Amino acid sequence: MLAYLIRRIFAVIVMLMVITLVTFGIFFLFPKMIGTDPALYFVGKQSDPASIEGIRQKMGLDDPILVQFGKFVAGLAVGRTYANGSDVTQCAAPCFGYSFKTEQEVWPLLLEWLPVTLALAAGAVVLWVIGGVATGIISALKRGTPLDRSAMGIALGGVSLPIYFTGMLSLALFSDQLGWFDRPDAVFSEDPAAWFNGMVLPWVTLAFLYAAMYARLTRATMLEVLNEDYIRTARAKGLTEPVVIGKHAMRSTMTPILTVLGLDLGALVGGAVLTESTFSLHGLGYNAVKAISDHDLPVILGVTLIAAFFVVLANLVVDLLYAVIDPRVRLS
Amino acid sequence: MTAPLHDTSAAQTAAVDVAADVPQKAIEGRSPWKIAWIRLKRDKVALVGGFVVLLLIVVAIFAPLIVSLLGHPPEELHEDAIDPLLGTPIGSWGGISSDYLLGVEPVNGRDVFSRIIYGARISLLVAFLSAFVAVTLGTVFGVVAGYFGGWIDAAISRVMDLLLAFPQLLFIIALISVVPNELWGFSGSGLRIAVLVLVIGFFGWPYIGRIVRGQTLSLREREYVEAARSLGAGRTYILFRELLPNLVAPITVYTTLMIPTNVLTEAALSFLGVGVKPPTPSWGEMLSTAVRTYEDDPLFMIIPGLAIFVTVLAFNLFGDGVRDALDPKGSR
Repeated sequence: MLAYLIRRIFAVIVMLMVITLVTFGIFFLFPKMIGTDPALYFVGKQSDPASIEGIRQKMGLDDPILVQFGKFVAGLAVGRTYANGSDVTQCAAPCFGYSFKTEQEVWPLLLEWLPVTLALAAGAVVLWVIGGVATGIISALKRGTPLDRSAMGIALGGVSLPIYFTGMLSLALFSDQLGWFDRPDAVFSEDPAAWFNGMVLPWVTLAFLYAAMYARLTRATMLEVLNEDYIRTARAKGLTEPVVIGKHAMRSTMTPILTVLGLDLGALVGGAVLTESTFSLHGLGYNAVKAISDHDLPVILGVTLIAAFFVVLANLVVDLLYAVIDPRVRLS
Repeated sequence: MTAPLHDTSAAQTAAVDVAADVPQKAIEGRSPWKIAWIRLKRDKVALVGGFVVLLLIVVAIFAPLIVSLLGHPPEELHEDAIDPLLGTPIGSWGGISSDYLLGVEPVNGRDVFSRIIYGARISLLVAFLSAFVAVTLGTVFGVVAGYFGGWIDAAISRVMDLLLAFPQLLFIIALISVVPNELWGFSGSGLRIAVLVLVIGFFGWPYIGRIVRGQTLSLREREYVEAARSLGAGRTYILFRELLPNLVAPITVYTTLMIPTNVLTEAALSFLGVGVKPPTPSWGEMLSTAVRTYEDDPLFMIIPGLAIFVTVLAFNLFGDGVRDALDPKGSR
């Protein structure tokens, strides 16, 4: 188990390095290839050549790409000092560089945005796991009944709806027309009740999409499991139906769902872009889109890396859980 | 266990049909494709989905004709249909009239009907072409990885893991944002569409690649492949004549299910402002314009939203039907 763990963690580190390299390459090399200059983004288009040159020196934009990459990775680990003669700027570890737009350090910005995204994801995941899995199980047990058909019909509709459309609809209906919920403007530390009220619509909208997917997945898995021989054995030896379903069938059903859940949660850190944009929640996704329209490369790089980190982390956790549940994984 | 029973009963009902039509040809051999087609024909829901898909394709192809008969050119401005003070369409229901079948766009008065019709072109074009890119790459790399194994398999599998670990939506947005206005002789909408197709396709291939690799791994060891090999068949022959025909079913299923995802991705990117740029009509772009006006003119948001919903739902229904028809275990 220990050897497996070490091997997996090593693979994760390598993967994060490669992702960093690729992301870095695209955002710093690509503008150069097509003839735009990152230094220009930093100082603005009207600046004189001297200050552009100064920035280029200070940020090391003239270095070969691998040197730049090396400095960036070193900055992540131990912090970094930008210097051009007397013009010196300190950037503490983990240093993701400075925003071109606001000239703030990127890492504190990321720390400010991450909780918003995590709060959105956490609320939604509770709703969708409970709603989706319960619907899927009931549908599987009542297979072919009108209840099953209508639940699966709604679920298929749910996965076919774009989230920004349902988001706008729910805002127009429940916020503007009926006034049941506020738009999410309140800050948690100032007014928790208003914050909660404002988060209801984003949570439900996001959860609805995923609940639909999970209901379909749970139903399909449950139906497959119910055909297994050991379920027939369990019934044959006289176990009651709640025990057969609740203990024997559920265990196998939950394994693939846990896998998907881990991966979805990891992906949600960078994947809540649409929800955050629709509801103007100032999380990682919202600010990433803003940074992209501002050509704010260090911020884009920072958000992408944080998001990739969570995806890889989720992959690792799921793999480790698998290794705990299923000993065969460790041997392969 | 129930599957063979299901098969024979399907074959029997079909046989009875055939017998009724052509009495002298009561018994007929059926290829798996014929059986799948018979099953698909009995799935009414899937047929409705397929019919809508076909209708959408026809609408997209004949968009100029339809618009010249029933609407105004999609990029033509009609300020006379807009209330100059409020910027909203004159008349109730977003300005719907015999002249403007689905009303006009707020502020600039473009014909919504024409933009929806032309939007279908962009949506389907991007969805189909990017699915084609993904399927081609996925099949080639998947077969190569599965068939050759060893370090080739290891390398391709790692690349697939890496691509799946990227925060995709975020990355696609960032990638498109660094593409300049002119590249490789393309410019304007043409370039945008080309970039969308390549990027969506590129991030989609690992999904198909993994499935094809897994299938190839198990097919490679089958007796008929061994038989071909022992009869002296070459590598190319085995790959194209023995393996590929048996991979067509899973590839078909995942292609039909990938197209609706691509429709959603294209709409999301255009919604976020990195897809197709106005004045070229696209459903996602219409929704992002509607963000500013939906409180006064909700219909302008609902119409493109429904267009996306109906398209994606139709493809999903059809795709589910194709999967059930081609899956020998599929018994619902």
